[in-house]
Amino acid sequence: MSTTAPKLEVHNASKNFGNLRAVSDVSMRVESGELRAIIGPNGAGKTTFFNLITGFFPPSSGDILLDGRNINGVPAAGRVKMGMGRTFQITEIFPELTVRENTRIAVETGLGFSLRAWLTGADKQRVAAASDEVMGLANLTSKADRLVGELSHGDQRATEIAMALALKPSLLLLDEPTAGMGDEETYQITGLIRRLHRDSKYTIVLIEHDMRVVFHLADHISVLAEGRLLAEGTPEEIGANEHVQNAYLGKAE
Amino acid sequence: MSTPLATAPSPAARPWRQLLIIWALLLTVPLWLPLLGGYTAMAGRVLVFALAAMSFNMLLGFTGVMSFGHAAYFGLGAYGAGLCLKFVAASTPLAMLAGTLLGGIAGTLFGLLLVRRRGVYFAMVTIAFGQVCFYIAYKWDDLTGGYDGLRGFARAPIDLGFATLDIANNGTLFYFFILLVFGLAVGLQALVLGSPFGRTLLAIRENERRARFLGLPVERHIWLSFSISCFFTALAGSLYALLNNFADPLGLNYIMSGNIVMITVMGGMRTFWGPLVGAVLFVMLQDYVSSMTTNWMFFVGMTFVLVVLFFPRGLMGMLKRKAEA
Repeated sequence: MSTTAPKLEVHNASKNFGNLRAVSDVSMRVESGELRAIIGPNGAGKTTFFNLITGFFPPSSGDILLDGRNINGVPAAGRVKMGMGRTFQITEIFPELTVRENTRIAVETGLGFSLRAWLTGADKQRVAAASDEVMGLANLTSKADRLVGELSHGDQRATEIAMALALKPSLLLLDEPTAGMGDEETYQITGLIRRLHRDSKYTIVLIEHDMRVVFHLADHISVLAEGRLLAEGTPEEIGANEHVQNAYLGKAE
Repeated sequence: MSTPLATAPSPAARPWRQLLIIWALLLTVPLWLPLLGGYTAMAGRVLVFALAAMSFNMLLGFTGVMSFGHAAYFGLGAYGAGLCLKFVAASTPLAMLAGTLLGGIAGTLFGLLLVRRRGVYFAMVTIAFGQVCFYIAYKWDDLTGGYDGLRGFARAPIDLGFATLDIANNGTLFYFFILLVFGLAVGLQALVLGSPFGRTLLAIRENERRARFLGLPVERHIWLSFSISCFFTALAGSLYALLNNFADPLGLNYIMSGNIVMITVMGGMRTFWGPLVGAVLFVMLQDYVSSMTTNWMFFVGMTFVLVVLFFPRGLMGMLKRKAEA
């Protein structure tokens, strides 16, 4: 927006685990406001690639740039402060707290209140309003005071997304947001992601196995296979790509 | 809203009724305890153990970190207070300050070495440090009195300027003094746990990875929680020295650490007041059963096993479940 640099750039990133080359020389460029899907068979290195972007571990080689700035040396928590929000393949939430408390902790952390021993009335209102807002976005308002551990899988997923949103990220990374969901829940989460993209103008990168979801949502698709970038393009281009069909689309799902 | 409200395990959500009952009972102890065959010093011991266990519970119940060496800070608090009374000045507040600082600062420094350890490794390292403190107190005869413990000091009356509180000789007054300190300390604890900082501790307990990806510096928060917990535990230890006019090397021992854990778990580690209930049970067993048999720890152990088997959330946790159901 204010800068001309793309939101996220990855230059020749590789990650080795011993002899295994999980991610091999992958480059990617995600523009502001884009919704990018990363697809690929199991073991293609998608989650490893996510972990490199979010700083879960450092790349063996290559560079990662956020808003044009090299963030190789920035730890995970620092990247969150720079605007990266993330959800995980296995839902990561605070199960024995309510939805409201889950989002409130995220909001307070995002606002830099996490070491405060008390809040002023104005700050409290600010926290409550922000927390209400993200719960509203994720359609969780009616479940605000339920313990998250007691909610359906889909609502837990939505809570996790709401928490990521509470940090006001400029880049949202979603690792298989519809994993393990039935049709109805998939439909709800897909709707949520689309609203975030179309209406709230979030830049989103998501890993997804469900091709209906991918082709429905994505502006661009990157295909990973065996750690390498196999193809990149619009949904139409990817759908017509023979390599992709051979390597992936034809076989799986 | 049509959805049923589930109470979250945050201290802010505790009902006023419960608070009223607890404080009404604590404030009237000298009236009813003798009728039950108890004595006021026993109630003082309950408060001291409860404060130690509630401080420990900030770590176990509200941060999700297990320390097996909290006796170290409890014992350092006791020795700090005793040594100050014996060698520095006959001032009770100064002794409490000395004990609290000694145990609290030791815990804060030691916590720096701890925060990257997790689970069983964290627990092991905390035991090790506790035992180091125990052996120092045990071997340093000249200063600490060694195996016999530190004697030769007594709590001093408190001069308020306009009046003197004779806590040295008036047992009931001393009980209320302990109750005042206890009330201020746990009030402060409730404030900490109900604050944004306190909620980050819950977040770490619930899901460390999620907390980290919210951008929380998890290690720093665990360290702060450990440090705060140690200061309060040391305060409890200094009260213990005042209560007995004696500091015991066994108060530094891992057995004492185990007692603190048992009190907390029996009472209910996910509840704010659980450790107080656990302390009541523990002191009752200690007092009544030890007058009948020297093997009283056997009965404490059996009670612990039964509580854990049948009320895994502790006595207070069970009451809370019932109230919600």
